Amino acid sequence: MASPEFNKLQAMDESQNKLRQQGGETSARPTTNGAVRRPPASREAAPGTTVGQVRARNAFLTAEDVNVHYGDIHAIKNVTLEIGRNEVIALIGPSGCGKSTFLRCLNRMNDTIESARVTGRIMLDGQDIYSKDLDPVALRARVGMVFQKPNPFPKSIYDNVAYGPRIHGLAADRSELDHIVHKSLDRAGLLKEVKDRLDEPGTSLSGGQQQRLCIARTIAVNPEVILMDEPCSALDPIATARIEDLMDELSENYAIVIVTHSMQQAARVSQRVAYFHLGNLIEVDETEKIFTNPRTKLTEDYITGRIG
Amino acid sequence: MKGAEARKETRRKVEQSLGRRRRKELSFRILGVGATALGVTFLLVFFASLIAQGASAFMQTYVSLDVEFSREHLVPDGEPDLQFGDFDALVRGALRAQFPDVTGRSERRELARLVSVGAAYQLRDALADKPELLGTRLAVFLPASSEVDMLFKGKIDRSLPEEQRRISDLQLEWTDRLVAEGRLERRFNRALFTNGDSREPELAGIRGALMGSFYMLLATILISFPIGTAAAVYLEEFAPRNRWSDLVEVNINNLAAVPSIVFGLLGLAVFINWAAIPRSSPLVGGLVLSLLTLPVIIIASRAAIKAVPPSIREAALGLGASKMQVVSHHVLPLALPGMLTGAIIGMSRALGESAPLLMIGMVAFIVDIPAGFTDPATALPVQIYLWADSPERAFAERTSAAIIVLLGFLLAMNLAAVIMRKRVERQW
Repeated sequence: MASPEFNKLQAMDESQNKLRQQGGETSARPTTNGAVRRPPASREAAPGTTVGQVRARNAFLTAEDVNVHYGDIHAIKNVTLEIGRNEVIALIGPSGCGKSTFLRCLNRMNDTIESARVTGRIMLDGQDIYSKDLDPVALRARVGMVFQKPNPFPKSIYDNVAYGPRIHGLAADRSELDHIVHKSLDRAGLLKEVKDRLDEPGTSLSGGQQQRLCIARTIAVNPEVILMDEPCSALDPIATARIEDLMDELSENYAIVIVTHSMQQAARVSQRVAYFHLGNLIEVDETEKIFTNPRTKLTEDYITGRIG
Repeated sequence: MKGAEARKETRRKVEQSLGRRRRKELSFRILGVGATALGVTFLLVFFASLIAQGASAFMQTYVSLDVEFSREHLVPDGEPDLQFGDFDALVRGALRAQFPDVTGRSERRELARLVSVGAAYQLRDALADKPELLGTRLAVFLPASSEVDMLFKGKIDRSLPEEQRRISDLQLEWTDRLVAEGRLERRFNRALFTNGDSREPELAGIRGALMGSFYMLLATILISFPIGTAAAVYLEEFAPRNRWSDLVEVNINNLAAVPSIVFGLLGLAVFINWAAIPRSSPLVGGLVLSLLTLPVIIIASRAAIKAVPPSIREAALGLGASKMQVVSHHVLPLALPGMLTGAIIGMSRALGESAPLLMIGMVAFIVDIPAGFTDPATALPVQIYLWADSPERAFAERTSAAIIVLLGFLLAMNLAAVIMRKRVERQW
């Protein structure tokens, strides 16, 4: 099956090779590494070999022993991670390490990939999101997602934002819908720029505006968690800065999980950082600790630019 | 120094290859222009010959005669009788009045053949419209017979010996006299567009076949477009990918290449013999042509659905749209132009088909104009085939005229589809 996952696998192989080469020059490391990575006495880090604080204060979204297979490929291995209320957590790691896959587990977007198999438990506010009684449609209304490439619908700006409220029947009448649309655009910091041209196509906006439109569209459904898959990778620095500011504001109301390739961005926006490598969750900790004092060699290599 | 040498060498090699590349491009361009020109030439020759052959069929020769609506022939028992009144006698009388010198029985019969047998019907219709014509004398334009028509249009060679002509020496002479008196006139051939088929070329019209094709294609699009797009959506968006779906896909692709006559046989066996749908009807034709166009529509629709960017699907799914909402709100509107293109291609193919229609009885000689889906009908391509097969000289130009009408139908249909597609495209 030629699929995006296959490409990911190749990327994994590449980074593995790089790692082996590095292993060559630092042959003494495995033991020290092992020592560092040995799970502490608490059972927190036992599944996989995650180091640091996988538990969050005030946990809201909890992943427990999550494994993802794409056919024969084991893309996520025993990942346990908690995400707190009003917390911004950044998932970092080299390409193909599984951070996007993990993100897509959190709103069951992997369901759309036929070969994907997710095991383990993911609880949203105490409810198993993979249980049979839970409709992914209801879940995705609670866990919104912003994608890497801005993907507004080829509809008007208004209809883009109104789409979610419309399909879920959130607004009783037109004026209520207007209110939701305006409020969402305002919270996404876009209202000023577009309020006079709400009936123009969403695709006519600039890249940064489009991405903010996508964020407005997501928050119009009033989700509890927002997943962001490299939301700024296609944007220029100014648009990126605006989105980062926006994330800051949004974190007052939402839990945000962001996948990013930019260490600076992770440092700027997140309270906690999780480092993924080859499907393993290597290290999770407060952002400052990860960037100033990583506990594993792999994390250190990555954040100093030696992997990825 | 060595680096500079190497660089020089590289530059020399690049420049050397440049000429070869330019020549290749030039020869390809010449080839392309040649191919296009050849295609356009063929097309022009085709249209030119078609118009040269068929244009005259849109005009018909009429004879101006002074007809007396005599009570003697029309009122056999006190009442004007439209059904049994001897309108032929009126035509004969008018011709005799025109040529009083013709006396012999067989000559008079020859004389009567200058005017179409349809002339009597025209007089009857005129009387039905205006009963006050009874007993009056009136100059009327009556359709000339196809032989006189051909002669007047210059399509009969006068220098041939009499027995090789469809028109006798006497008739030639009378026609010349009529011409000299200015009693022959070419007028727009309304019969071609208002009549059904006929054995008499001057009375034969395309309307029956046109309506037959219209009803048949209406049935085809009504059946095949919903089924085809639904199948495409299901296969593309909902069906699991496994051995069975692969099998279905291979079969659909193969069906698109099956010779159309096979579908005709299938239609004969299933729709007519088993389901007992009236044969020769546009309904059964539409069903058979649906089988033919379904694979085309399914394949084109699947391609159109595939071309919808996955990011749009993900965006909608991420907002909590159900699969069905994703399809109906986003995928279908974006894929619709492509689906319509598939439908156009399928319909164009269906319009031109004649082989499967031969198998389901649509090749019959049908005079009545079909008024519904179950009336006996024929189709334009079949009509063209029937006329091309007819011996009368006048059918040759009518065949070309019918082809022009068929092409016009095709053009109108495609234009409508293109306009429709533009509209949905703008709407997105």
